[in-house]
Amino acid sequence: MSGSVQPTIEEIQQETEKFHSRGNSKIKESEFVHDVYNEIAQHFSQTRYKPWPIVKEFLETREDKSIGVDVGCGNGKYISINPKLFIIGSDYSTGLIDQAKSLHKGEKCNDIIVADGLNLPHNNDKFEFAISIAVIHHFADENRRIDAIKEILRVLKKGGQALIYCWALEQEKSRRGYKEGMEQDILVPWVLAQKGKKKKDIKEEEEKEVDNVEKPPVKMRFYHLYKNGELIDNCIKAGGKVVKDGYERDNWWVIVEKE
Amino acid sequence: MKFITSNFVRCAVKSCDGTEGSFPLNFQDCKLQLEEQEFNEEFIISMLERLDWSALVKVASQLGNNAIPPQKPSLDDINEVLLKDLHSLLLETQIIEGKMICDNCQHVYYIKDGIASFLLPPHLAK
Repeated sequence: MSGSVQPTIEEIQQETEKFHSRGNSKIKESEFVHDVYNEIAQHFSQTRYKPWPIVKEFLETREDKSIGVDVGCGNGKYISINPKLFIIGSDYSTGLIDQAKSLHKGEKCNDIIVADGLNLPHNNDKFEFAISIAVIHHFADENRRIDAIKEILRVLKKGGQALIYCWALEQEKSRRGYKEGMEQDILVPWVLAQKGKKKKDIKEEEEKEVDNVEKPPVKMRFYHLYKNGELIDNCIKAGGKVVKDGYERDNWWVIVEKE
Repeated sequence: MKFITSNFVRCAVKSCDGTEGSFPLNFQDCKLQLEEQEFNEEFIISMLERLDWSALVKVASQLGNNAIPPQKPSLDDINEVLLKDLHSLLLETQIIEGKMICDNCQHVYYIKDGIASFLLPPHLAK
């Protein structure tokens, strides 16, 4: 298809080599997660407004007036679902937190801070619940993913529960078609919408300068695709007790409890 | 950042875990702004149980508010005036600019445009 905005297989391979050449997980995450989210924050935020049903249900079934954290809250789409709670949402991306701040201005039931999921600025045993939706799959090695779950458990009170979602390897029916047997550590392209350019303008430019057509910028984000059972295993290794688990919309999810 | 959040944040550096100076953080050079919020008596009462009162008194005083009773009021002592004061302090008081210092490791966290950042430099982060 001419004019396709998706990167070619070669472009993805090139970026993947670049990713693997980076010295350690921190550098990989900085370049292939944090920098990317800051760059795509505004466009990304426009696509993130519909709550997933199980997350909504989890928040609606927390006890009134309980206090929780949303680790990796992005633009904050879950921090005001249930106004009877108080949620501190945090994200590593200042770009996404800026979006959250403007979307949730004037709300009483939450607050927003910039923080690192592996170094949360909270005391131990403080919160009644936690959510971390589509976040932990961005840590670049298994130890860091387990540590991220440990960190969430650390700030929960005994008996407190966390709902965690990670992208699944098994998503054959999705448009991306990832499935069992494929590489789990992958880069996923995000095609940025071009600002202020109408189709007509682009067409005119194409006619003028056929060899120099401007492709919309593509940013590559790192994901670890979780296979069946892996998230449960990570939660157990983090010292938690898995009380419920399932699969929804190409994601594995668990409710993990602090014992 | 809302004032209430000062009761739920500490130094993010792992080696400060459990040290006295890491919580509450020491709030300095803060610029405040009041943002009106609907008063919900039940919410404030339920917060009373959850708040670390001495941390609350300490941070309030760093921000220039010395009117908070030094001991946590019991449910019998609570009256509407006190609850409204607490509502105004906890939920309506926004810290727009300022510094939060860990008295254990002296690390300084900044609040800019109302957003507090707890990201650590690479050598301090896990």
